[in-house]
Amino acid sequence: MDLSIAALLAQDGITNGAIYALLALALVLVFTVTRVVWIPAGEFVAWGTLTLAGLQTGAAPGTLKVLVGMAVIAGLMEAWGCLRRGQTGRLPRRLAAWTGVPVAVAALVWWLAPMQLPLPVQVLLTLVTMTTLGPLLYRVAYQPLAEASVLVLLIVSVALHFTLVGLGLWFFGAEGSRTPAFSSTSFTIQGVNISVQSLLVVASSLALIGALALFFGRTLYGKALRATAVNRAGARLVGISPDFAGALTFALAALLCGFSGVLIGPITTVYYDSGFLVGLKGFVGAIIGGLSSYPIAAAGALLVGLIESFSSFWASAFKEVIVFTLIIPVLLWRSLTTTHHEEDE
Amino acid sequence: MKWLGSRAAFAIFVVVLAVVPQVAPAFWVTLGNYIGLYSIVALGLVLLTGVAGQTSFGQAAFVGLGAYTTAYLTTKYGTSPWLALVVGMVITAAVALFLGFITLRMKGHYLPLATIAWGISLFYVFGNLEMLGGHTGMSGIPALSFAGFELKSENRYYYLIWAITLASLWATNNLLDSRPGRAIRALKGRLEMAEAFGVDAARLKIVVFVYAALLACISGWLYAHLQRFVNPTPFFITQGIEYLFMAVVGGAGSVWGAVLGATVITLLKQVLQDVLPWMFGRSGNFELIVFGILMILLLQFARDGLWPWIERIIPRRTPPPVPPAEPLPARDPAARAGPLLEVRKARKQFGGLVAVNDLSFDIRPGEILGLIGPNGAGKSTTFSLISGAAALTSGDIRFRGESIGGAPPYEIARRGIGRTFQHVKLIPQMTVLDNVALGAYLRGRSGIVRAALALDGAEEARTRSEAARAIARVGLADHTFDAAGSLPLGKQRIVEIARALAADPMLLLLDEPAAGLRFLEKQELAALLRSLKADGMTVLLVEHDMDFVMGLTDRLVVMDFGEKLAEGQPADIQKNAAVLEAYLGSVV
Repeated sequence: MDLSIAALLAQDGITNGAIYALLALALVLVFTVTRVVWIPAGEFVAWGTLTLAGLQTGAAPGTLKVLVGMAVIAGLMEAWGCLRRGQTGRLPRRLAAWTGVPVAVAALVWWLAPMQLPLPVQVLLTLVTMTTLGPLLYRVAYQPLAEASVLVLLIVSVALHFTLVGLGLWFFGAEGSRTPAFSSTSFTIQGVNISVQSLLVVASSLALIGALALFFGRTLYGKALRATAVNRAGARLVGISPDFAGALTFALAALLCGFSGVLIGPITTVYYDSGFLVGLKGFVGAIIGGLSSYPIAAAGALLVGLIESFSSFWASAFKEVIVFTLIIPVLLWRSLTTTHHEEDE
Repeated sequence: MKWLGSRAAFAIFVVVLAVVPQVAPAFWVTLGNYIGLYSIVALGLVLLTGVAGQTSFGQAAFVGLGAYTTAYLTTKYGTSPWLALVVGMVITAAVALFLGFITLRMKGHYLPLATIAWGISLFYVFGNLEMLGGHTGMSGIPALSFAGFELKSENRYYYLIWAITLASLWATNNLLDSRPGRAIRALKGRLEMAEAFGVDAARLKIVVFVYAALLACISGWLYAHLQRFVNPTPFFITQGIEYLFMAVVGGAGSVWGAVLGATVITLLKQVLQDVLPWMFGRSGNFELIVFGILMILLLQFARDGLWPWIERIIPRRTPPPVPPAEPLPARDPAARAGPLLEVRKARKQFGGLVAVNDLSFDIRPGEILGLIGPNGAGKSTTFSLISGAAALTSGDIRFRGESIGGAPPYEIARRGIGRTFQHVKLIPQMTVLDNVALGAYLRGRSGIVRAALALDGAEEARTRSEAARAIARVGLADHTFDAAGSLPLGKQRIVEIARALAADPMLLLLDEPAAGLRFLEKQELAALLRSLKADGMTVLLVEHDMDFVMGLTDRLVVMDFGEKLAEGQPADIQKNAAVLEAYLGSVV
């Protein structure tokens, strides 16, 4: 390996690592606020790519059907909940939020899809679609079990992963898709070829992370989520609804994952079931951060990207093995530094 | 009663099982073989997930380890399959030990995440190693034979598979109903309690994980010799997740849930794979959608799975009274001069906050000492220091003249200090008898292997008899076989005392035993404590309730702001000006 190859691999690694970092942040966010180990994050990445790929061809993406279906189920669940508690007065607002908004989003995207609008608009439509799907997923699958143990929530996650992979096959088909690069130009610095696409990926990841930091540091909703992550019961006592916190968290996480999907689309061909491995690489990063630290999780994800890139050069067949084995020294270290073993909630 | 449900139901099950290959078409036998193989794996998960509260998505990889080890050794070296099984189990145990060691000391979600990574990694290793045939796999695995009798047909395998399945069910059921079994059942949400009775929880979790992995390995070994061919696909994480679904669908609380879950998922998959592609108009793994939704609905509406519904229709025998047996080895009650427990300048600081400030007092043999004080006085922290739940910052605590300051709860329990919990910590689904028997954990020595093979009968009989005696002692004999969680709070607190007594303690630590009790329940509790004292028991009572303490204790230690405010007879304490001020505020 000479320097130019190393530089190329590093560039690849950093690009992928930046995408995994977004995922790792989403996973840490979801876990700290809701205690959900969000395995299906990867499906949101794949669906992000496949939705954008669908819009590229001018067809309404299958995601919209899932969106409408989930909106109907969420509406029914809300209606049942309101009727059972005798709070019929609240029903119209709830239905508007849980069914009306998602259906309106789906209708809008469905109407705009055949127009083949410019790429940035399509990206925006993709992100809106994915972000709307997140809270619906929380409402339908997790919220009824919000007080259950981490273990039960984890099994729900895995079940959801199965369901979403199956739905993905149904709505997107078995063929893989790639989305066009945002830019095909590149330039050379000191003999090292740098693609503008890579720079765009890294820059937009950084921008999103910055926006997230502002959201958590400066806005009331962001602070509410941080409070919930620190102490759920306490946050509830000062008026932060856990249901609302969960829905908001999943909206943000879905946005992050959908965006990862948009970024990864030009790099690799994405199939309906590609998300799982991508999501797990985000998890490796998140585990390095102990599922609690954002900066360490992001740095860990970057490391995952680099290791993956270099191991694909040296031992391409074993690249997945090497990436997933990375968590062993991390776990070993954490285990040895844990003085007493911890009891589960 | 070792078997759940009635023996008749079990006999019918075995007869049906035995007849199937004789009358049913070959396809049913194939299905039956797979159900048996899956049941063995799911059984391990029932123990791990349903009972011990841990989980693994990597069981398919352990199945693969068993299958690939025997495939490699028998085809490349002509090793005997039976030897290959042993080698496979050794490798599996080593991997499981390592994975367990690095994850099980931490919170519960690290093990499942590690098993996902492990499951995926092993799949790619199988698929990429030339010597293991890569993605195409290995064929030509010999059929099993013993003593010249070769298993040539699926029918013959059927009997072997189900014999092993039933044997695993038998062993696991024995295990659950034993000394280590009671401790395993305490792992789910009752760690602190289990450790207070001498259970090494971290080690036990690893042992359970290894047990589950070994069952998976055996299933894989059988699979390889049944198929005579292995490739990586059936050992991928997807299958690992399906194993977990089987355990959850069947009911992760009962060994029979494993068989039920394996049956339901296998048959459902068969039906769905026929029906769904036809419905969707193309082929694909559409059963995943149904499985996923089914799981989510089950977890939302019937978290205990399907087995409890079947269990309801199986008649239950009322258990016979526990036969008396020789008592377990008891502590030498040799009297010694001086106090039983000496607290010497005990100090506990949390950062800048001094919760217990150089506190000293004694407990004399045979007395009931009350430790009282207003909220936040440091009573509970003092209790934790004595019981070993919290570490001393400085100072010392001596029990029978020997220092126990800084000893772990396990060691303190072993020396003869029994305790109850402020928030009742019983295992709700377990009978009162089993809950109390857990108290005698340190007085027995049977381990996993003895328990699984039912070689622990004599000790188990003595333990049960000991537990029954403790239950009778506290007056709950009528509730011996009730689920502990079904009793009212007052009785649950009494069960906690019986459990502490089963450990044969010399000193009983009671943490606010009267909290939340009604008047009559308090009177019953006081009567019980008096009668224990009459039998020579020493009691430390941490309490809030003044009326309760005043009539019952011999002496009181009053704490305020982490310091000892007063010490003396209840009547004197009632008149003590400093105590009155602390409790009622100054009368200026």
